[in-house]
Amino acid sequence: MTSGAMPHDSGPHGPEPYDLVVVGGGPAGVAGALTAALAGLRVALVDSGPRLGGQYFRHPAVPGRAAGLDRFLRQARALDARADVLLRHQVWAASREPDGDLLIHCATRHAAAPTRYAATPTPNPSATLRDAGAMRRDGGAMREQAGATHRDAAAAAGGAAGAGREERAVVLRARRLLIATGAHDRPLPFPGWDLPGVLTAGGAQALLKGGGVVAGRRIVVSGTGPFLLPVASGLAGAGARVLGVYEANGGLGLARHPLLALGKAGEVAGYAAALARHRVPYRTRQAVVAAHGEREVEAVTVARLDRDWNVTATHVVECDTLAVGYGFVPQIELGTQLGCQTRHDVDGSPVLTVDATLRTTVPGVWAAGEPVGVGGWRLAELEGRLAGRAIAADARTAGIHGTARTFRTAGTAATSGIASTADTSGIASTADTSGIASTADTSGIAGALPTVDAEPSGAPATSGVPATGADVGGARAAGAGVGGGGVVAVVPPVFARRRERWRAFGEALQRAYPVKPGWQGWLRDDTLVCRCEEVPLARVREAQALGATDARSVKLLARPGMGWCQGRICGYAVSCLAGEQPQPPRRPIAQPVTLGALASLAAPDDHPAH
Amino acid sequence: MSDVIVVGAGVVGAACAYYAARAGLDVTVIDRGPVAGGTTGSGEGNVLVSDKEPGPELELAVLSNRLWRSLAELGGFEFEPKGGLVVAETEEVQRQLTELAGKQGVEHTLVPAQELRSFEPHLAEGLAGGVYYPQDAQVQPMLAAATLLRHGADSFGHGTLRLRLGATVTGFLRSGDRVTGVRTTQGDVLGDAVVNAAGTWGGEVAALAGAHLPVLPRRGFILVTEPLREPLIRHKVYTAAYVTNVASDSAGLETSAVVEGTPAGTVLIGASRERVGFDRTTSVPVLARLAEQAVALFPALRDVRAIRSYCGFRPYCPDHLPVIGADPRVPGLYHACGHEGAGIGLAPATGHLLAQLLAGERPDLDLHPFRPDRFPAAEEAA
Repeated sequence: MTSGAMPHDSGPHGPEPYDLVVVGGGPAGVAGALTAALAGLRVALVDSGPRLGGQYFRHPAVPGRAAGLDRFLRQARALDARADVLLRHQVWAASREPDGDLLIHCATRHAAAPTRYAATPTPNPSATLRDAGAMRRDGGAMREQAGATHRDAAAAAGGAAGAGREERAVVLRARRLLIATGAHDRPLPFPGWDLPGVLTAGGAQALLKGGGVVAGRRIVVSGTGPFLLPVASGLAGAGARVLGVYEANGGLGLARHPLLALGKAGEVAGYAAALARHRVPYRTRQAVVAAHGEREVEAVTVARLDRDWNVTATHVVECDTLAVGYGFVPQIELGTQLGCQTRHDVDGSPVLTVDATLRTTVPGVWAAGEPVGVGGWRLAELEGRLAGRAIAADARTAGIHGTARTFRTAGTAATSGIASTADTSGIASTADTSGIASTADTSGIAGALPTVDAEPSGAPATSGVPATGADVGGARAAGAGVGGGGVVAVVPPVFARRRERWRAFGEALQRAYPVKPGWQGWLRDDTLVCRCEEVPLARVREAQALGATDARSVKLLARPGMGWCQGRICGYAVSCLAGEQPQPPRRPIAQPVTLGALASLAAPDDHPAH
Repeated sequence: MSDVIVVGAGVVGAACAYYAARAGLDVTVIDRGPVAGGTTGSGEGNVLVSDKEPGPELELAVLSNRLWRSLAELGGFEFEPKGGLVVAETEEVQRQLTELAGKQGVEHTLVPAQELRSFEPHLAEGLAGGVYYPQDAQVQPMLAAATLLRHGADSFGHGTLRLRLGATVTGFLRSGDRVTGVRTTQGDVLGDAVVNAAGTWGGEVAALAGAHLPVLPRRGFILVTEPLREPLIRHKVYTAAYVTNVASDSAGLETSAVVEGTPAGTVLIGASRERVGFDRTTSVPVLARLAEQAVALFPALRDVRAIRSYCGFRPYCPDHLPVIGADPRVPGLYHACGHEGAGIGLAPATGHLLAQLLAGERPDLDLHPFRPDRFPAAEEAA
């Protein structure tokens, strides 16, 4: 379907469902959608952003900057010609119809996609009022902007294209769903983290887009994990003065990890060289444990840490911006809404359980990329492709791929063309050193600039560096799957092995860069744990004293996680404070949706009698 | 050895424990989860007199309303005596509401159509009128339950009220016919009396003692909006259909608009009732209908975002009355459950009356309508 085309169907009671709806337009989603579309399936891809790319690739196209980006752009163009791409659509729920079809519930304010790739549904003639993008704002931003900005953060978020439109509901009916919703930043609270000028590592990349905004800033980068490196080198390259990168763990002992074996040495060396070129100090076993300032960040306390992250010494560094990142939280709520089984990843994050074909435990639902375990964009893309193959095989088996269409390719050649081209191009090329630095995301985050920014959207926010990912035992990658067409046919051994390697690598990274419990000692009684609801540590402790024995009851008694971000920002910390592993999210409304849009879904014949 | 074991740390169990401790009894509260982890934590916090038909439940509600006001003075939780406004869509409904209000005999004000907006400036046009009930209130139920337990433990002597969380009751201890305690996953707990305040799971607890108690779940969804800067809605506002749905026997989905603001700035939107067992799967059609009804009542809500939703399982009995009192079939066993959607509102009266029973006093209200053995035996019912 070319730009401007009507999507196949935007009503829940439409005549024919999509063979596949993909949620998330990052590497996993695009690869999965394209693979399935090339196999002849009727595919729609939905993403909340103004363009495809997810957190990693979503930025104004600057072709040639990264091998991975070039390939992604080719895939995105190819997808646009073969599928309905619905951008600026927030997916807030997925549900199962009695007949077995899946409904993907979206909300959008945009009638036409002002992107180079794709179109959204035709305008709603009754549309009036207001703009989009507010969902891309985090709870902290809400608070900072005094609650008013959910009406006008739009300009920052989505551009002018959709200005003045009322949000409306769009429902996609699908035989199958691929969840490729990525991950969002995982911050930890510390005194002063609610000050303007404190960003997540992912939020800091948004600064890069601003160009002039970044140049001249004095930035400190802190947290744990290899993602800090591209963030720091990107900021330095954009003209910021990066005063230091503080890695709370043991740091770049990457030689010990399978990184070199994967040929990623060039990537790391590239970041290291960039940091050295800009004279950026890289310090391990140190972290920012407090931020100071009257109205915004003026200085931070950097602490030396022992192995458990207890503070052993401190010094103060003056700066005006702080970027922190302690890993990523996979976005899995669409899966949990549908009842998909979850497991705990190496770092404790709940992720969706999948088999070797990326199929979840719920029929018709697949997941790829970070939602099945944080592992970076390369793994995400591979998994997207594998899921696409499995979905195509499933459609073949079911024979319900749409009577009016025939397969473009037949039999095992279901994935052809670009998908196979991709096999040999970008993936083998490992020196994507520039890619991450250019992944700034303009949408929405710019409006939330003074605060830590998480990405509560449906779009992926993958780590730039392949960053972890446990496996469902080796079984997932080893081919012990349940694909309808047989795993061997669906997942060629070469892909299975590659996936296994990358998963193992991701897992090694999670082990090398854990979050250690000592951070809880950085907090004071008045340190906000939940910024949306302004819940200080003391209130969490009171709730526990009152009989809250788990994170959920802490939330019920003290309100952390009840605000805008729905616990995306504070959920991990609250779980740690409550002494339990993070539980699978219960978010029946995955993204905010206006009551007007929601009300429009009420079936006329459902009206109560009164 | 406690005088009383209360099974269930929801708001009803907390009230039973609080009043029992206040009456001088030693109390142990047992819950398999945290405080307020069940239905208490998944409702709206209604303290209503307006939605009750004249009769025993209304008497209970009026007593409870008074008790909530004095409990609120303990502090530690939000109690908002905001009043409730029941609105009528048609003249006929307004006539019925007026008639009901006359029979209830509780404080109220008839509100003609042209005066509705002086109560609620953002109400939709075209409503036929309403009835305002100043006694209706809202309470933050989780903190209220936790606070009652805390006060029960702190105020009446050391060791008077103990809390054992994370312990699941697996059976009853007996001496002859008489219940002498409970078995739990964390060992046996001895007590002179056991109060079943297990809410929606009260039937299961009763069954452990061999007593039939038909408490079943009725699922309700609530929508929560983003926090509003300015309060849009001042009272608890609901349509007349809510009153009829509360007492309905229908197994199918019923919804009626119940809309109100909270101190946190959010707007809570209910209410739906369905009998679907303990199924937590979110129903988009139910959420859509709740939104539609709320927008119909308050058009300004159209552009407000829902940011979350939750559901709970209201414990209902076939006659929609709670079960309060001693179980004549099992000496030593008392019940305080089955309050359906009114458990928050009715908790203090329930606890107060049960504590009177436990202390050997004559209860302030006749508990006969709430007696545990009023239901046909399971076989007959089937």
